[in-house]
Amino acid sequence: MTKLKSVKELEALRQSIISRRDAAQTVISVCGGTGCHSHGCQRVVAAFREELEKQNLGDKVSLKISGCHGFCERGPLVVIRPHDILYQRVRDKDVPEIVTQTVVKGNRVDRLLYTDRVTGQKIANETEVPFYKLQSRLIFGSNGFIDPTSIEDYIAIGGYTALPRAFKMKPEEIIAEIKKSGLRGRGGAGFPTGLKWESTRNAPGKPKYVICNADEGDPGAFMDRSLVEGNPHSVLEGMIIGAYAIGSHEGFIYIRNEYPLAVKHMRIAIEQAEKYGLLGENILGSGFSFSVKIKRGGGAFVCGESTALMASLEGKVGEPRAKYIHTSEQGLWGKPSNLNNVETWANVPLIINKGADWYAKIGTEGSKGTKIFALVGNITNTGLVEVPMGTTLRKIIFEIGGGIPKGRKFKAVQTGGPSGGVIPEGLLDLPVDFDELTKVGSMMGSGGMIVMDEKTCMVDIARYYIGFLEEESCGKCVPCREGLRQMKYILDRIVAGQGREEDITLLEELSATLVDASLCQLGATAPNPVMSTLKYFRDEYLAHITEKRCPAGVCKFAAVETKS
Amino acid sequence: MSDEGSTPVKNEKLERILASFSGERSELIPILQRVQEEFGYLPEEVMKRIADFTRTPECTVFGVATFYAQFRLTPTGKKIIRVCRGTACHVRGSAKVLAEVEKRLGIRAGETTPDLEYTLETVACIGACALAPTMTIGGKTYGKMTTKKVAEVLGDYDRSAK
Repeated sequence: MTKLKSVKELEALRQSIISRRDAAQTVISVCGGTGCHSHGCQRVVAAFREELEKQNLGDKVSLKISGCHGFCERGPLVVIRPHDILYQRVRDKDVPEIVTQTVVKGNRVDRLLYTDRVTGQKIANETEVPFYKLQSRLIFGSNGFIDPTSIEDYIAIGGYTALPRAFKMKPEEIIAEIKKSGLRGRGGAGFPTGLKWESTRNAPGKPKYVICNADEGDPGAFMDRSLVEGNPHSVLEGMIIGAYAIGSHEGFIYIRNEYPLAVKHMRIAIEQAEKYGLLGENILGSGFSFSVKIKRGGGAFVCGESTALMASLEGKVGEPRAKYIHTSEQGLWGKPSNLNNVETWANVPLIINKGADWYAKIGTEGSKGTKIFALVGNITNTGLVEVPMGTTLRKIIFEIGGGIPKGRKFKAVQTGGPSGGVIPEGLLDLPVDFDELTKVGSMMGSGGMIVMDEKTCMVDIARYYIGFLEEESCGKCVPCREGLRQMKYILDRIVAGQGREEDITLLEELSATLVDASLCQLGATAPNPVMSTLKYFRDEYLAHITEKRCPAGVCKFAAVETKS
Repeated sequence: MSDEGSTPVKNEKLERILASFSGERSELIPILQRVQEEFGYLPEEVMKRIADFTRTPECTVFGVATFYAQFRLTPTGKKIIRVCRGTACHVRGSAKVLAEVEKRLGIRAGETTPDLEYTLETVACIGACALAPTMTIGGKTYGKMTTKKVAEVLGDYDRSAK
């Protein structure tokens, strides 16, 4: 492959890739996301290889290992195209039958189809399954169609069409378009992306850096990983466009080291983009040059915070600093730096291709576009869900998520990661967007959504989060370091049945101090789990403290413990 | 500085790794990552050499190595067991799973068995939430864990190792 020197050459390549592909050819797409991996999809892939070989179908059928399809609960997932049949919970022993029946004869294997939970009917088509049907998979939908290690796959589905379009625009026009689209940062804070780009562009000092935050540290959240693993070029394309708009020639992707597959796929994507001339000097003859490096995180939750992440990139301990001066003015090595989350970057090509007006029609007044959520916990359909901003919690949890398993009752949903808050049943009709979640004492965060049933103890949950945050506090500022430690002591005491009456007041006072006095948002949002459980489930705290009783039956008090 | 562990072979390995870096301060974390991949942990004398190589004080290298969760200052066991303590796993009972593993191995999370067979760690989230609660041994993921299954998995594992 020689480097593409112009947009014309890119389009010629696209046409040649498409013409080489037969739309009628059978494609077996096996989900290779981490969820399906854990379900044993590799054995399924090996079985397909063997069976296709055995039946002499090696040339006629294309076997693709794709990124995450999102429906992790029913994995391993296999989709057969062009028939568009979704098989779920596929085991290696099912493979010969699939090949003989579906691939060769065109019949369905009914027992592997999804069964509708309400009607009891078998559903063959992926798009008809309620879990998928009720979503708008604008960012995440391509995952099931491409092999993430193939740049040709991405180009064939229209990838790298936004980039030439962006090159025809002036940088200021791109920024105006992003501003107009209303895109807000998907990493949690929801800062308007266009504004951030603009201030980095206008900040004095060179060089300027663009950074992709893929240090997804929230336990129970894996949308960024699934995007990087499943469609790395969409993130890269967004970064190249952003860099061009900002006037940056050097980018970094900071990926969590616990995500080896994401690191691998992004590394391959960067190498391919360099080989094709989509990264490097004079990209597509535009005169614009840009290169990207991967840095692996060290396993510190606080490094999701922008200044801590930049310190870590510099090789230092990942401690945040006060942000009197924004990182867009002075960030990495003291230079103007623009940091966006994985999902934010992946939204950029879509906005450039479809236009800001189209994009701004999706979502709510203050939050535009879609958001990917990791729906986990006590929920029937665990997986990744992409919905327009403003979709209600009820729809996400009960219609798409299929409700609570084991016939139990819903108790609360926790959003926003460890420092988000819990939301009780009474607020299930809340439209989910940045502002609404904050109003009820939680936050968007990066998009984790942990559903809890009646057997979950809310005091234990608060203690769990505070324990996590205490461990992850970097220790630089006193309110966070000492405050969380004290809160943990108190909560430990309460769940052990030794809570005192004044403990609730103490927790509230400490919470207020952390909110007011912490150096960074880790500390300032850390009391959310305590404050929100106190707000909506105060009676559970009281039951622990005054009656020495755990209503959910989770906490074992000292008297009980000595028995076991 | 003790000479323990700093055999010439090991140092050669270290120098080979360092040769692929230029010694910039910003390379400190990547260097530590590469070295740990090779040695399994960060021996003291190795960190001293890295301090020298990157022209940073030893205390800074030590500070970075102890700040980030992934770095280890002691050798690990042959097999690393990671029990996921993510939220999805927590609400599905991972605390009990961890307690059971700790009981069966006779060590706490973060420790290594004296015979260097197992290291037990917790992990914030492996992202296989559909299978919660989960644990991994080596590269293999075990899902929908119960205390009963811990006994099965560890029992099997023990036998297969012998």
